[in-house]
Amino acid sequence: MALSARPMKLAVGPLLYLWDRQTALDFYADMCDAPVDIVYLGEVVCSKRRVLQKDDWGLVACALEAAGKEVVWSTLALIEAESELATMARIVDGSAGHFEANDMAAVQHGAGSPFVAGPHLNVYNEATLRLLVEQGARRWVAPVELPLATIATLGETRPKGLEIEVFAYGRLPLAFSARCFTARSQDRPKDDCGFICREYPDGITLYSRDDQPFLTLNGIQTQSAAVQNLCARVGELRAAGVDILRLSPQSQDFAAVIRAFRDAVDATGAATPFPASVLPGGYCDGYLRGAAGIERAP
Amino acid sequence: MTLELVCPAGTLPALRAAVDNGADAVYLGFRGATNARNFPGLNFSESEAAAGVAYAHERGSRVFVALNVYPSPTTWEAATNTIDRAARLGVDALILADPGLMRFAADRYPNLRLHLSVQSSATNWRAIEFYRQEFGVQRAVLPRVLSATQVARLIKRTSVEIEVFGFGSLCVMAEGRCALSSFATGHSPNTQGVCSPAHAVRWEETPAGRQARLNDILIDRYAPGEAAAYPTLCKGRFRVNDRVLHALEEPTSLNALDVLPALAVSGVKAIKVEGRQRSPAYVAQVTRLLRRALDLCNDAAAKWVPPVELIGELDALAEGRTHTLGAYERSWH
Repeated sequence: MALSARPMKLAVGPLLYLWDRQTALDFYADMCDAPVDIVYLGEVVCSKRRVLQKDDWGLVACALEAAGKEVVWSTLALIEAESELATMARIVDGSAGHFEANDMAAVQHGAGSPFVAGPHLNVYNEATLRLLVEQGARRWVAPVELPLATIATLGETRPKGLEIEVFAYGRLPLAFSARCFTARSQDRPKDDCGFICREYPDGITLYSRDDQPFLTLNGIQTQSAAVQNLCARVGELRAAGVDILRLSPQSQDFAAVIRAFRDAVDATGAATPFPASVLPGGYCDGYLRGAAGIERAP
Repeated sequence: MTLELVCPAGTLPALRAAVDNGADAVYLGFRGATNARNFPGLNFSESEAAAGVAYAHERGSRVFVALNVYPSPTTWEAATNTIDRAARLGVDALILADPGLMRFAADRYPNLRLHLSVQSSATNWRAIEFYRQEFGVQRAVLPRVLSATQVARLIKRTSVEIEVFGFGSLCVMAEGRCALSSFATGHSPNTQGVCSPAHAVRWEETPAGRQARLNDILIDRYAPGEAAAYPTLCKGRFRVNDRVLHALEEPTSLNALDVLPALAVSGVKAIKVEGRQRSPAYVAQVTRLLRRALDLCNDAAAKWVPPVELIGELDALAEGRTHTLGAYERSWH
């Protein structure tokens, strides 16, 4: 007997860049009206950044929840300092089980309460996934380099009730370092960065010396230059048991991106033409088939 | 507080070289895709590993087996078989990255010491505490992202032994959190145990100079007479805002000698040397030099200053013939 297709959800990932306050507030005001189901808030990349103050974040969360969105608080991926542990603990404690763990420190601190296992936890097999579910994971965001075949295998054997989310749109978060590459590119020390990353709302594109857009510098994070775009692959993702598609915020055309994914997920039959990428590097989707992430299926 | 020296053994001759030159422990991997540094011609068969364990144990050195990739459902069985093999051989510790494998090892071999691989990416005491509580991990190898001060603070908050990198190639990214290599080539440290793999490298001579490509992506271009480096993708030259620079890092090696006294005083248990892909001759030289450094430092502790000639001899063995303190020094960040 054919199972009726479960409705797939759309999630807006955490904002990975340093936008100015008003731009961020406007963005989240738009998300209240956007056809998305889940919005991740908070800082994942750099503990020095303050996109919004605590009160602003609270108001944004209230507005999103009033608009019917599920709000999840994301936490830092690379936690080094005691102050960063304290910030993570405060977010986890205040989230009422709606937090995304991106480091085992958050799993340890939040032990027992429900959480989202974020894309920066290394989950590559059933045993590790089961272990996180025992710790309270109710949703798992797959690491970006995991092939869809592996996600499907883990999907088949997943513990009951676990949702699976995949990074479906955006410049891929690939690496974290102690070093701030944005500051380095401007000969500034990290401790005196002047928040120079504020000038790059989609990061700084790094080109090879023969002009291929290759990577993106975003503070201590390195991303792909190409945008991973899995909109044309929604059918395969659904068949693999994926429940949620994560769309990573970008500064332009995000409404059109959401619209195209909504149409694809709802399978309205209208083949919505996807907008051309506004960022250098075009689209990529190689990871899905276990190839180099930079590649794109013909 | 006495610092231990932990040295790489990519092959049996390298293991002997490390043991003969004063390594307190060596780490090795079995052949197959179950460990980082999965290069052709490297690593141990079961009988070679048995010979290595005997050789090391007879001379008072310990042997750690590294299984530091994250197995997928299709390689899971190979990974657990590797754990079974290591346990049979009576090795002194397993170095694991994957939490699922740690659960397997802790359940099946509760008396076998577990070390947290650098690929576990545990950069704070809480993350380390997770692995201690869940699996009884006894030692953690720290990723190359913490300053010496941060290492000292972390040690105050954990009962787990701390091992840090002292010499060898410099990972610029937090280990276990880097997918740059798979983005460019499809193969990564987490999945296949390789970074910027040789099979994806192509050298070409062009009018613009010698060029190094990784899966066709231009990593660097060298002017005539300029020394060319292996195209590790985070150490290439790229264009950023109309400047061409080593945007992530230069081809250089990590050498922690300058902070060795600080690390010793802060309670670091062991210094690790990177380089299982290196020749026995290299392992012998580096082990001998670091043995001397650690002995001198262990005697003099906080007052020790590394001798210039020792630094010079190590620099001669280093990538790019230069060294950096990397993340140990705040100004590197």
